[in-house]
Amino acid sequence: MVEEHTTATGLPIEEAVIEAKEAQRHQVKNDRWTRLLDHFRREWQIYAMLLPTIVWFVVFLYKPMYGLQIAFKDYSIFRGVANSPWVGFEHFETLFSNDQFLRAVSNTIKISALNLLFGFPAPIILALMFNEILNATYKRAAQTIVYLPHFISSVIIAGIVITAFSPTAGIVNTVIGWFGLDPVYFLTQPEWFRPIFVGTGIWQEAGFGSIVFLAAIAGVSPSLYESAVVDGANRWQMMWKITIPSILPTILIMLIIRIGNIMEVSFELIILLYQPATYETADVVNTWVYRQGLQSGQYDLAAAAGLFNAVVAFALVMTANSLSRRYSRTSLW
Amino acid sequence: MMNWNLYSRGDKFFAIVVSILIGMFTAATLYPFIYIAAVSFSSGFAATAGKVVLTPIDATLEAYKYILAEPMFWLSYRNTFIYTIGGTLMSLAFIIPGAYALSRPQLKGRRFFNLFIAFTMWFNAGLIPFFLNMRDLGLLDSMFGIIIAFAVNAFNIILLRNFFEAIPQSFEEAARMDGANDFQVLWKVYVPLSKPAIATITLFCIVSRWNGFFWAMVLLKSEEKIPLQVFLRHTIANLSDTDEFALNVLDAAYSAETVTAAIIVCSIIPVLIVYPFIQKYFEKGILLGGVKE
Repeated sequence: MVEEHTTATGLPIEEAVIEAKEAQRHQVKNDRWTRLLDHFRREWQIYAMLLPTIVWFVVFLYKPMYGLQIAFKDYSIFRGVANSPWVGFEHFETLFSNDQFLRAVSNTIKISALNLLFGFPAPIILALMFNEILNATYKRAAQTIVYLPHFISSVIIAGIVITAFSPTAGIVNTVIGWFGLDPVYFLTQPEWFRPIFVGTGIWQEAGFGSIVFLAAIAGVSPSLYESAVVDGANRWQMMWKITIPSILPTILIMLIIRIGNIMEVSFELIILLYQPATYETADVVNTWVYRQGLQSGQYDLAAAAGLFNAVVAFALVMTANSLSRRYSRTSLW
Repeated sequence: MMNWNLYSRGDKFFAIVVSILIGMFTAATLYPFIYIAAVSFSSGFAATAGKVVLTPIDATLEAYKYILAEPMFWLSYRNTFIYTIGGTLMSLAFIIPGAYALSRPQLKGRRFFNLFIAFTMWFNAGLIPFFLNMRDLGLLDSMFGIIIAFAVNAFNIILLRNFFEAIPQSFEEAARMDGANDFQVLWKVYVPLSKPAIATITLFCIVSRWNGFFWAMVLLKSEEKIPLQVFLRHTIANLSDTDEFALNVLDAAYSAETVTAAIIVCSIIPVLIVYPFIQKYFEKGILLGGVKE
């Protein structure tokens, strides 16, 4: 039945169909323009709403990316970005033979590694502990307090640290004095910088970081626990056998974000806490960039260091995301 | 499933240990604030000698008198209010319409625009090009420069866009029937329905503006434009190495430590006032922002 009209009428109809299609294509082409025009006439308002945001991103975030070319130029303020002469990879060669820069790269990685080792598990442990607390009021009060330091500015955090670790007035040395030990001027000693910095980070962010894990725990199906109770499991076993495996995807995602951010040490707090005496352990890439570029005016060299940092960070984020996509089918985007 | 009466002896022991550990961590979080408050109300002599542990020693208000008599303190406090209010309003003026446009399925190039914005979360030109760009734009030492240059960020736009996308189309149909245009639909339908998300973003903006320090320090040169955080930093840095304080340590009613502590208390108070409002929203807000492009 289907074949009937092809055998019976044959060619003529096929030709007619081709012609009709051709005409239709022309029509479509003209229609596309009128339709596009129609679309903009009808929907101009959403484009008008988007425009300021796009312009803002171009002016404040993409234009600096264009300005990154000074990393390959002998930048002079008077000639500007576009007219300064190219020098190729000269600044990068300078960087990689500069001991201070190499030390800053190594410090960045070491501080991030410490943050990962101690700072990453802290909010997970905290969330698991919050989950075991039965008294809702107690839990709420404790949460309110431990979230608070996240909202305190780094200047204040640094002010608290400086006061508390002060050699004569600080509480830390007062306590040390109770044990008959001599006071230590912590903030001038290179070996103390990283423990103080990482510890401050945990104090400030562990509580707030637990929110994500608490939300993941809240999403675990209650029936799992109910059947575990029937099987006679205790709370400790439930934590290891149910809670932790259930929130493993969240843990993995957060770990990936952390690894992607290895180059992003919170340098604002470092600038506030370090001093020349502790540069050898405290100076990271961004603080070095700040001193070379914004304080000493070596814009091109500092921009090259910043570019190096940004490219490594970008590569880390991309790698971490694709690894996550492959192994857990959860990716950030 | 969590019922004290059904707990075995081991479970009860476990729960008690955890409660104690949480209590210790909470106390450790709270302690530095109590310590700073105690220092700020102590005499300069007691603070410098390291006698303050938990409560004020030789309680006095001298440190507060010193700081409240400082005109720069008030000026920088006022500036911080300008940056916080102006900056937050500026942020909302960009983010709300921008997020709405990006949430519309009929927007042409929607994928491109989303990527265009999300890309800035993964790649950043860095300090130097940003600084030079601000200089080329003539925005150094400009209060407007501070307000506009940090108005938008990809995270907040994506957060709000996700929220808008989750609102069912049926909500706007009635408004469309009445002939409402996009501006009216946004204002009368989407904004009222998105109050929690908009509140979250507003609070994030307020907190980051209130705490903003680094770029204010780098970009602002005139003393009369600096915000509280920069003033606080200057004061802490100057106090710790000026002779003015070292000279009269013995009879000082205030000292570098007590003045620093008093400024810290003064600048934390507004955060503590808005904190209960923030807390109501941020727990949801963080989860809302589940980053997807």
